Amino acid sequence: MPPGAIRDRHQQVDNSPRPMEPMDGGRWTVDGGRRSANGGPRTADRPPRPVRDGVGLGLAVGVSGVAFGAAAVSSGLTVWQASALSLLAFTGASQFALAGVIASGGSLLAGTAGAILLGSRNTLYGLRLAEILRPRGLFRLPAALGVIDETTAVTLAQPDPAAAKKAFTATFWCLYLTWNLATLGGALGAGRIGSPQSFGLDVVGPAAFLALIWPRLKAGRTERLVALAGAALALATTSVLPVGVPVILAATAALAGALASPPAQGSPAAASSRRASFGLEEAPAAGKTGPGGDAT
Amino acid sequence: MTATWIAVLATAAGCYAFKLAGLTVPQRILAAPRVRRFAELVPVALLAALSAVQTATNGQAFDLDPARLAGLGAAVVALVLRAPFLLVIVVAAATAAVLRAAGVS
Repeated sequence: MPPGAIRDRHQQVDNSPRPMEPMDGGRWTVDGGRRSANGGPRTADRPPRPVRDGVGLGLAVGVSGVAFGAAAVSSGLTVWQASALSLLAFTGASQFALAGVIASGGSLLAGTAGAILLGSRNTLYGLRLAEILRPRGLFRLPAALGVIDETTAVTLAQPDPAAAKKAFTATFWCLYLTWNLATLGGALGAGRIGSPQSFGLDVVGPAAFLALIWPRLKAGRTERLVALAGAALALATTSVLPVGVPVILAATAALAGALASPPAQGSPAAASSRRASFGLEEAPAAGKTGPGGDAT
Repeated sequence: MTATWIAVLATAAGCYAFKLAGLTVPQRILAAPRVRRFAELVPVALLAALSAVQTATNGQAFDLDPARLAGLGAAVVALVLRAPFLLVIVVAAATAAVLRAAGVS
């Protein structure tokens, strides 16, 4: 993403999903040293490279499936269960979440509910992608599996719908294959080592979660407050609620955050500028998207 | 079928349903700013909570393991230094592993 965009408080004005930073940076144009909502089109700085962007990001992020596979198996899931999650759920944060609850011997119901709740943001990505990809009929069934942070980021960064479709397809395929192969490798590898703790695998989940929300923590004060409140709420209730439930309870922090800080942008102008800005962003450079991915 | 398999498949089904919903429901339904804002903040709250709980607790008890805390601290340093996702995780795990090998419980 363009340097500086993260620091911009105005970014909070954007109420659209914020899967990764690069796609957001381009929505704003420099305005007297500050950035403001994109008032008009600007030309892309370089030709679109949808396939290259998608493959690059897919490889870079997909490799971290090793971490999931290893963490899942050391949590008590079988190799097949780890692979089933990567094949069928294909959304990293939810996968790590379920594995974490299972590792701590928590309630499977609460673990499942938390994992599914974490996947709710993909609905918002789907809404935006549907505007651009316009998937029809049964094609939506396979396409839906690929609606995650990374595909959304690369797809929305393309200058036109044709490039967007290529980007979505390339990112989805590459990430899906890499993530699943990496999961299998990590799962098989973890079964052969001794104590998972001696390899520090118990830190993989917490570090991954932190890395996933890091870009959003930098994006605004509300995000930081919500994160702190969510963590505090979960820790405070850990000793009195069944394992897994405190994490779900943390969603109330998000509710409070959403009610307390209504995005200033409900205005039609902001909405239309978002729409108009589609296609004007720079595509993210492959591999430099950094943390913030999910399919992880 | 074990309970774990049911949890795995239910998670997969639920996550898929959320994805499919985005492609199929009318755009307007979830377009309300507050709803969008909530959905944006949900992962922030949940992932922060997960990170905290998995770092500092074990079951229903607090469990402040020095090596694990140091690993998470190393992850923060890596993030501040803008390390990519995978490197952040490797640094965190390696830090905890090295400390444990050195005798830090």
